[in-house]
Amino acid sequence: MDAGTWESPRMARGRGNRWARAGIFALLGFFAVVYLLPLVVMLLTSLKPLSEIYAGNMIALPQEWTVEPWRKAWEEVCVGLVCNGIKGYFWNSIKMAFWGVTISTAIGAINGYVLTKYRFRGDNLLFGLVLFGCFIPFQIVLIPMATILGKLGLASSTTGLVLVHVTYGIAFTTLFFRNYYAVFPDELVKAAMMDGARFWAIFFRILLPSSGPIIAVSMIWQFTNIWNDFLFGASFSTGESAPMTVALNNVVNTSTAEREYNVHMAAAVIAALPTLMVYVFGGRYFVRGLMAGSVKG
Amino acid sequence: MASLEIAGIHKRYGDHEILKGIDIAVEAGEFLVLVGPSGCGKSTLLNIIAGLDTASAGDIRIGGRSVRDEHPSERDIAMVFQSYALYPNMTVAQNISFGMEMRKVPKEERERAIDEVARLLQIAPLLGRRPGQLSGGQRQRVAMGRALVRKPRIFLFDEPLSNLDAQLRLDMRTEIKKLHQRLDATIVYVTHDQIEAMTLATRIAVMRGGELQQLGTPAEVYSQPSNTFVAGFMGSPRMNLVPAKLVAESGNLALEFQNGDAPKVRVALPPQPEAVRAFAGKEITAGLRAEAISHESEERNGGRAAVRARVEVTEPTGADTLAVLNVAGHEFTARLDPDFPLRAGVDGDFILDTSRFVFFDPQSGERIK
Repeated sequence: MDAGTWESPRMARGRGNRWARAGIFALLGFFAVVYLLPLVVMLLTSLKPLSEIYAGNMIALPQEWTVEPWRKAWEEVCVGLVCNGIKGYFWNSIKMAFWGVTISTAIGAINGYVLTKYRFRGDNLLFGLVLFGCFIPFQIVLIPMATILGKLGLASSTTGLVLVHVTYGIAFTTLFFRNYYAVFPDELVKAAMMDGARFWAIFFRILLPSSGPIIAVSMIWQFTNIWNDFLFGASFSTGESAPMTVALNNVVNTSTAEREYNVHMAAAVIAALPTLMVYVFGGRYFVRGLMAGSVKG
Repeated sequence: MASLEIAGIHKRYGDHEILKGIDIAVEAGEFLVLVGPSGCGKSTLLNIIAGLDTASAGDIRIGGRSVRDEHPSERDIAMVFQSYALYPNMTVAQNISFGMEMRKVPKEERERAIDEVARLLQIAPLLGRRPGQLSGGQRQRVAMGRALVRKPRIFLFDEPLSNLDAQLRLDMRTEIKKLHQRLDATIVYVTHDQIEAMTLATRIAVMRGGELQQLGTPAEVYSQPSNTFVAGFMGSPRMNLVPAKLVAESGNLALEFQNGDAPKVRVALPPQPEAVRAFAGKEITAGLRAEAISHESEERNGGRAAVRARVEVTEPTGADTLAVLNVAGHEFTARLDPDFPLRAGVDGDFILDTSRFVFFDPQSGERIK
């Protein structure tokens, strides 16, 4: 085969291929619209006055744009019997997610480090048992968890919810970090040992600075799970201490004279916003981090 | 620098014994090379010296004091790894000074030491870069810099040149040797490359299957191998090892070579020690280095025994030509003058330097001495 007769692959060119490509984009576009439609309806509804909603067309653009429903959802909407808006619950969720994510990621990182670089007898068995935690359904642990929280005096508190989420999250974060560190070269750890570094110095100076991708994965995963959790929130919190998801449910189920769909939608978008932002800004790190572990592993 | 004693080191994994009692005493300033085929336990031994692996039995003493219970960081040893093991998140300067930082050396002193090492290894322009931006040879230099900067009592090298291309490997080899001479450092160096072992070592420890086969200077290991394994492993080409019969001939000894239906060839030997004479009339394995065989027309010193042989193959290497000769049905490799006109398939008269024969017990493979 000489260079003169060598042709570039035909796949990339040609008339037939152009049509195939158009078909692919059409199909992708169609599904994108299908998936985006609910969000669009939510946003449009939240920006309309209530009168327009009751008038009919869901997908129509607002004739009169308004942010009043958003303000009302944030400051005035009734959650159960208290009418202070959802802002308090939003901060509850932020606090819960922040500590839950931070603590579970930190513990997962240390677990992964020990399970791969400080091997001991039975470490794989222990890891297997930790993995078990990934497969335990939430519902099974509700009653024992309630008992423990009660005994610790953490029932109905954000601290209690953080504890629950950390406990559940450790299984996943340990899995992430263990698999990531399993392909981290042992020679680097040995070199650091020879250089005089001990357990924590090796962890903080050698492993952690190279852990960006997997920290992103762990944090995004944990944040989404903790923020979106409803079951634990509904089970282990009451009134003022409830997270956003529980409050949203209460907003929608609070019976008043007329249902304020625009306010409900605004509250729902606010509740969904943080996870949305995390994926928009962190999504590529998520994919990259998962790849970093899987390609070499 | 300090002396190093490896005393009765055993290493077992379950029933599998990886090191079967290794005893080596290394004096301060020595360059010891552990060499052997893969799986011989040389890297495990190095890791045990470093403290990165624990011995099942035995002791490691540095400067006369046992370090058995000391963490690697307390042993004051520096190690250069096969993969270089540079910290990817740090610059070259940070990589080099990390060990001093861990030992809480003041900043000014660290900077002075970095400058000194950078000058020594000519890596000053690289100090601000990260390992990912360096070539293989540069990484190698930085890895050595990281070891040198701490002025440890002992340096350990774990196959440091095996990831470099051929030309660079030769350059770095010379450089390591120069460094050893300049620093007067105690070095233990692991390699599977016997040429590296020959060129670098002040003493070589040849290992196989977790056992020390021979410990000696490169010259000793080369010309007086303690058994057929060492004879075959060290040197390129490997030593000719040929079965022969040792016969007594009017008070003197001679070797008789014969294989298949080829005519018998008899080579008279110079006087031999008692142990060899005891084998008279028996089968023996005769060892002879390729350069102990020359063509009749070449001028070489030593005992002379002329043989008629057929040239089977010639392999010119430039500096000399290796010829595979057929002597009485056995193959001998000879190192000959490259200018000598030689054709495969032609018979010629060759001279064996009989003073350089070494003899092995054909049963045990041990050298008879």
